[in-house]
Amino acid sequence: MDTTKVADTNGTQPAAASKPGRVGTLATWADERLGLATAMKKNLRKVFPDHWSFMLGEIALWSFVVLLLTGVFLTLWFTPSMGETTYDGTYEQLRGIQMSEAFASTLRISFDVRGGLLMRQMHHWAAMLFVASMMVHLLRVWFTGAFRKPRELNWVIGCLLLLLGTLEGFTGYSLPDDLLSGTGIRAADGFIKATPVVGTYMSFFLFGGEFPGESIIPRLYTVHVLLIPGLLLALIGAHMLLLVYHKHTQWPGPGRTEKNVVGFPMLPVYAAKAGGFFFIVFGVTALMGALLSINPVWKYGPYDPSKVTAGSQPDWYMGWPDGALRIMPGIETHIWGVTISWNVMLPILVLPMLAFTVLLLLPFIDAWVTGDKRDHHLLYRPRNAPTRTALMVALMTMYGLFWAAGGNDIIAIKLHASINQITYFMRAAVLVGPILAFVITRRWCISLQRKDNETLLHGYETGIIMRSAEGGYSERHLPLPESRAYVLTARDRDPVANGEVTPEVDANGVAAPRKGRLAGLRDRMRTVMWADNVQKPTLEELEAGHHHADHEHELQASLDGHAADGHQFDGHHLVSEEHLRDPHH
Amino acid sequence: MRLLNRSAGRISKHRRGPVAGLVVLLLGLLLTGGLYAAFSPAQADETISSDEQIAKGRELFLVSCSFCHGQNGEGVRSADGNQLGPSLVGVGAAAVDFQVGTGRMPMAQPGAQAQAKPPTFTQDEIDALAAYVASLGPGPAVPDESDYSLEGMSDEERQAAITRGGQIFLTNCTACHNFEGSGGAMPRGGYAPHIRGVEPKYIYEALLTGPQNMPSFGNGDLSPEEKRDVIAYLGSLEDMPNYGGFGLGGLGPVPEGLAAWVIGIGLLVGAAVWIAAHTTRSTKKKVDA
Amino acid sequence: MSDDSHELMNLPDEGVTDDLYANPGLPEHAWRPTDVDPKLEKRAERQVATLMTLSAICTILLLVSYFTVDKDATFAGLGAQNLALGLSLAGALLFIGVGVIQWARKLMADHEIVEMRHPAASSQEDREATIAALNAGLEESGIGRRPLVRNSLLGAVGLLGLPAIVMLRDLGPTPNQVADAQDYPGAGLENTVWEEGTRVVRDVVGTPIRPGDLQIGDLVNAEPETLYNGGPDGEPLEGVVLQIAKSKAAVVVVRMEPEEITPAPGRENWNVDGITSYSKICTHVGCPISLYERTTHHLLCPCHQSTFDLADAGRVVFGPAARPLPQLPLAVDSEGYLVAQGDFNEPVGPSFWERG
Repeated sequence: MDTTKVADTNGTQPAAASKPGRVGTLATWADERLGLATAMKKNLRKVFPDHWSFMLGEIALWSFVVLLLTGVFLTLWFTPSMGETTYDGTYEQLRGIQMSEAFASTLRISFDVRGGLLMRQMHHWAAMLFVASMMVHLLRVWFTGAFRKPRELNWVIGCLLLLLGTLEGFTGYSLPDDLLSGTGIRAADGFIKATPVVGTYMSFFLFGGEFPGESIIPRLYTVHVLLIPGLLLALIGAHMLLLVYHKHTQWPGPGRTEKNVVGFPMLPVYAAKAGGFFFIVFGVTALMGALLSINPVWKYGPYDPSKVTAGSQPDWYMGWPDGALRIMPGIETHIWGVTISWNVMLPILVLPMLAFTVLLLLPFIDAWVTGDKRDHHLLYRPRNAPTRTALMVALMTMYGLFWAAGGNDIIAIKLHASINQITYFMRAAVLVGPILAFVITRRWCISLQRKDNETLLHGYETGIIMRSAEGGYSERHLPLPESRAYVLTARDRDPVANGEVTPEVDANGVAAPRKGRLAGLRDRMRTVMWADNVQKPTLEELEAGHHHADHEHELQASLDGHAADGHQFDGHHLVSEEHLRDPHH
Repeated sequence: MRLLNRSAGRISKHRRGPVAGLVVLLLGLLLTGGLYAAFSPAQADETISSDEQIAKGRELFLVSCSFCHGQNGEGVRSADGNQLGPSLVGVGAAAVDFQVGTGRMPMAQPGAQAQAKPPTFTQDEIDALAAYVASLGPGPAVPDESDYSLEGMSDEERQAAITRGGQIFLTNCTACHNFEGSGGAMPRGGYAPHIRGVEPKYIYEALLTGPQNMPSFGNGDLSPEEKRDVIAYLGSLEDMPNYGGFGLGGLGPVPEGLAAWVIGIGLLVGAAVWIAAHTTRSTKKKVDA
Repeated sequence: MSDDSHELMNLPDEGVTDDLYANPGLPEHAWRPTDVDPKLEKRAERQVATLMTLSAICTILLLVSYFTVDKDATFAGLGAQNLALGLSLAGALLFIGVGVIQWARKLMADHEIVEMRHPAASSQEDREATIAALNAGLEESGIGRRPLVRNSLLGAVGLLGLPAIVMLRDLGPTPNQVADAQDYPGAGLENTVWEEGTRVVRDVVGTPIRPGDLQIGDLVNAEPETLYNGGPDGEPLEGVVLQIAKSKAAVVVVRMEPEEITPAPGRENWNVDGITSYSKICTHVGCPISLYERTTHHLLCPCHQSTFDLADAGRVVFGPAARPLPQLPLAVDSEGYLVAQGDFNEPVGPSFWERG
């Protein structure tokens, strides 16, 4: 360690090796108090790989910042109270109407605070984007295998963020106390009351008495502006810390291995790109707030338990349990003097909790099935994990169908269809659709794997049609450039190909102990996971393929032994690398 | 910023606009046409007696309506007991004016719900049909404009009427027709139609007579003043600017969610692709490198 | 580094490449046109500066429109204030974003840097040292040797969890407390403000209804008169009491041909000349329902599409609801107005455990 720069006396002179510039002076001042240099030394030039799909989580991060900024603006005028007041603001259609102070202050923000409507709309759009981008990010992480060891805990944190983001959205949706949010709270009251044994007690405690009471909005307000944002902030911090600690995953490629990370340094390129992206997310939110009307509460009017509007829906992220609620048959059990409302409990309490638990456990289930204990920092293409990809597509299909069921009335008017038939269709589709999606996606991935192998073995299609002396036609194939061939082959062979699925003896030659039922299940799952996958070619296959290609090349090459023109422009080569055949050759 | 119209509805600011000439031309054509229509021989029939009108209505009825509604408007049941067309005795002139005036009758084909389309008959013919059907049995008459106009009210009264109309609308109408009258789905393929921009007369008649599956709101149910207020509220929605931007069809959270995904996520993922895309490369080497 | 061997243990070997192709290594850096052509470099610089200037202009526009664009101004049918503020803000932000990214893409050095990874796990020595420290600490505390201290501590801390739950008790009264106290009309899950002789009045306007007012096919969204005169001095109910009353007492009244009604057993005299009334609160999760079809007598819920047949005792004909709508028994009072014969004979709204 270089000790010359350490202050070893308590003198008046700062410890500095040379006369620093202005930035240096500031940095020294800060470091003498905070000692940041050690931590910053590595992190200022921390490397982030560059790929568009690595920026999806950033959308969520920046929309959260937009939510904080616009949210603070809104709290300056919002009154979280259900106290009754008579509206006398500038929106004429509601003047003189009795309403809660919460709704009156929402109208005030919308009409009497300049820019208030813009901030309300931006806040709402950013909330929708926040949850949406978290989901897109989650899909990217799953499809590319970034959830594997050592990143399982970050997956768990991400899932918690998704759950909290959804709850935060629901509480925000409820605060303005308009007709739609009140209808939502009323339905939530119905869900709570359907809880066995303690339902009515929970409802009375939550609402401070009978629905709607006068406590729910102040309570939700605290949850919305303090409790959940605090948790979100803490979890986002942990998520980012883990990201920095693990370093970002990267795609396999020339020079990119499990042991390194290749990309641009945090300062300046990544700071500029990420910082710029913040302004873009903020700007797109502003654009949407400017142009697209969202939640026009003045048209809904204040909440009134006897009023309702067609198209009463929650925001999109609550749409799928609402859809499940819509297509659930009306089953209720009356037994021993109590009522069990399966029709409410199953779709809105059990299903989302079950779905969330499964989502949370996915990396662990996956690790148990594969038995993989290695660290993974290189990503794979979704096609190279057909079963994982198919599983997520099946889950997406189920989600999408429940979601569509949540908009069955809108679908019915837009497609001139019968709401009853849509509901019957959805009841079957949510069960059949995911299975179909699983099978189709899996086979699709396997076909794509096969296509990759074709390209490796027989070269890529140039689009050049050759005519042989006998008059036969064939398309010319050319071998892939080596860097591309390397990328295609930079993936693991599945253990099944190495005969590792059900080892009868372990590495030391000791016979495996007799398997329990669980291990039997695991073996079957491993078979499903890998059995049909196409492995990358072996060295022998590759050589045989190349030999065959060379042979073909000889047959097809024009008389002067030169490749035909045209492939220079097929996108696989830099044009500068190859030249058109010299006409005088 | 010519379109930045500070006092919506005042025409003076537009007077010298480039479209002014076109407007004058169109007005001229309209006036000429109107004058021609006013003085054309066809109008000579205007003073026909109600008996003649009923007779003319019956003729039209026999040709266009009797197949489903019967020779004397008594309704027709098909062999298997289904109602082909309901009895028209006692439905009144208002029902005919609404159904035929909005093109719902005659129906193109039997179905769950008659759809609005361009009317088949002229207003004179509709009046004749209405007079005939009204003669079958007493029923609600076609409302007069004074029934649903806010004419002659002070500003405060007008505003109170609109506010009250809004509350009545939200209590009685939005459940089916949606909070801004965009319509909604009903059981078995039925639907509550979009009611924005519909002529006040037809809204009044629909309330009065309950067309198709819609419940009626007779004058004993919703007083004429209350109907007037609802119409005034709907009119005020029409005059109201879209404060927050484009309305996305006025269908609530479903199109909003779609917009968030398609427009919002679409734009931002597009931006991410652009940010991470590699810029063009040069074949040249850096001179001082 | 001393823990190299450990690193290798945790990281997978280079097996991914499987020796099919050797890793070609990072490709040679290719320069961008802006790196090699000073003219293009200047141009990119001007581009970025222009974007920043445009952003500044948008910010000024934002400030100007804040003070000049009136709340009632419109632009092509849209609210001009929201539009002007929003578009200028969007411009101000987007131009900065695009400019900064353009700076990064065109002008900042774009050499890719390689950084080595380290395993997430600590080194074996560190791990052992930590465990040793932990054990030393535990040993010194004597937590293993003194079960009495340990167990009483655990018990005491565990018990502290109880106040955290118990102190939430006063969030609200229990359902029974509310029903017994009767602090306001119709308190309790099983009650509403309907009583024998309560007039059925039109919602919003509060006027009573004579059977003769209604024609076949009419729908009235109605409330008990109590909402309009149930207060201490016959005043309208207000605030939370009004909201609670409304959330349970709202009804729909419809009139159909008397012979179309199939009354439930024991409810033969609950209708007046084909006028029948049901709770407006869905038995599924409690949305108000009034999407009535006059020819089928079906009532649809806009939230989850439960459909009830009002001609057939409020039976569920479609959707997720499991129970028929509660019916309000109707009669006519001495002045000829519609009144309730009494409260609903079952709780209205969504099901709950104790409902039976």
